Amino acid sequence: MSVRVHRVGRAALLLEVADDGEVASLLTELMDRQRAGTLGGVTEVVPAARTVLLDGVARPEQLERQFAGWEPVPVALGSGPLVELPTVYDGADLAEVAERWQVSGEEAVRIHSGCEYRVAFCGFAPGFAYLTGLPERFAVPRRDTPRTRVPVGSVALAGPYTGVYPAASPGGWQLLGHTDLPLWDPDRDPAALLSPGTRVRFTPAAGAG
Amino acid sequence: MSRRAVEVVRSGPLTTVQDAGRRGVAALGVPGAGALDQPARALANRLVGNAPQAAVLETTLGGVALRALAPLVAAVTGAPAPVRVDGRPAPWGAPLRLAAGAVLELGAATDGVRGYVALDGGIDVPPVLGSRSADLLSGLGPAPLTVGLRLPLGRPVGPPCWIEPLPQPAPPRELVLRLDLGPRDDWFAAGTPALLAAARYQVSPASNRIGLRLTGPPLTRLPGRGELPSEGMVLGAVQVPPDGLPVVFLADHPTTGGYPVVGVVPLADLAAAAQARPGTPVRFTPAAAQRRRPPG
Repeated sequence: MSVRVHRVGRAALLLEVADDGEVASLLTELMDRQRAGTLGGVTEVVPAARTVLLDGVARPEQLERQFAGWEPVPVALGSGPLVELPTVYDGADLAEVAERWQVSGEEAVRIHSGCEYRVAFCGFAPGFAYLTGLPERFAVPRRDTPRTRVPVGSVALAGPYTGVYPAASPGGWQLLGHTDLPLWDPDRDPAALLSPGTRVRFTPAAGAG
Repeated sequence: MSRRAVEVVRSGPLTTVQDAGRRGVAALGVPGAGALDQPARALANRLVGNAPQAAVLETTLGGVALRALAPLVAAVTGAPAPVRVDGRPAPWGAPLRLAAGAVLELGAATDGVRGYVALDGGIDVPPVLGSRSADLLSGLGPAPLTVGLRLPLGRPVGPPCWIEPLPQPAPPRELVLRLDLGPRDDWFAAGTPALLAAARYQVSPASNRIGLRLTGPPLTRLPGRGELPSEGMVLGAVQVPPDGLPVVFLADHPTTGGYPVVGVVPLADLAAAAQARPGTPVRFTPAAAQRRRPPG
């Protein structure tokens, strides 16, 4: 579908498309225009599930006209940088997820680690990435009761997304395992290991001890 | 020579370091943070001769007390409150010279919520992602002040603005917030703008740096729209969770959210929102978002 442009207050626009593939396409277009200098003043470009928010827009009317009727062009999703996350599949919900998928625990690990993922967007906490790439039939609901504390590095599922907790926090996602790679370090540049567009693979690793 | 610094004698209920906030990192899930009452922060910086971007202290209702560890200049703005230097009354809204060892005390706010204390040279804690602001949602930046903490100051860059004390802001009897409708006003029952215009809300005590929470008539969502996929949120967004009670997003708001935003309060109205005490009556003046369509 062509992009729907919503005004958000006086200095922001919300560009809405059909799905995450079109968000990727829109994001690529936005980055191209930003590099080419035709986007104008924009402070924040925030992708999400079906939208991209442009905030701190110097001339919203102009940008609104620029994008009205724009059609997403399919982009190759396999072009971003690739990050491999060594993952110990020892999560508290692995057995339950395997049961939902009607496979064994080993098969669940093979399914999850056999896909290539892509960071669709970040949110919830600094450096928390929403990864797409798991086939739709493996989507799982959030836990009915969120945990008060999910350990740092937890690899988890909710809906169509895989996420990795960049810090310990409360959370309702289904825990598959954990990685020891630091996801978030504000003193590092870039602070987030997984930023929108990054490709990700989970490689099964042996647990300590 | 010892470094210019202040030591926290009394932290108050919640005192944080704040500047203009973090920009350009929302896509990583990092909130903007920054002072809630930016005009008051800018004024405090001007009074002590700081650059506009310098970091200051933001107090919450109960004030703060600081000992100068070197001669310095301070100024207090924001919520009106009694100011004392070594126990003697001192002016609010004017530069104050503090000798080494002097204690600057900002008492409980007599009105409003957030006070601002600027020190010449600015608070010089290490910046995180380009800002010295404390972000209480994600825990980035310096932790809230605790007794005994020493805060380093930068080098003064300009002369203080030696003026007569400024008049204190008058207490607002009612908080009136303009509201530009959208982007998800179509998720609400017909007549929602009229309801918003007529409704009388109150500031809830559950308000914080993340959002101004309101009590009053709940807004009704249209049935059958399902759940909104998470989308980017702006400062001033009025998000409506399932209980129907609007929340006005302030500086530490999450970067994305899954509840529909009925409208956005313009930036210029947010300083007053940050100074409205629990119980303050609140009214919205909704207007359709200004848009110019191309001719034809």
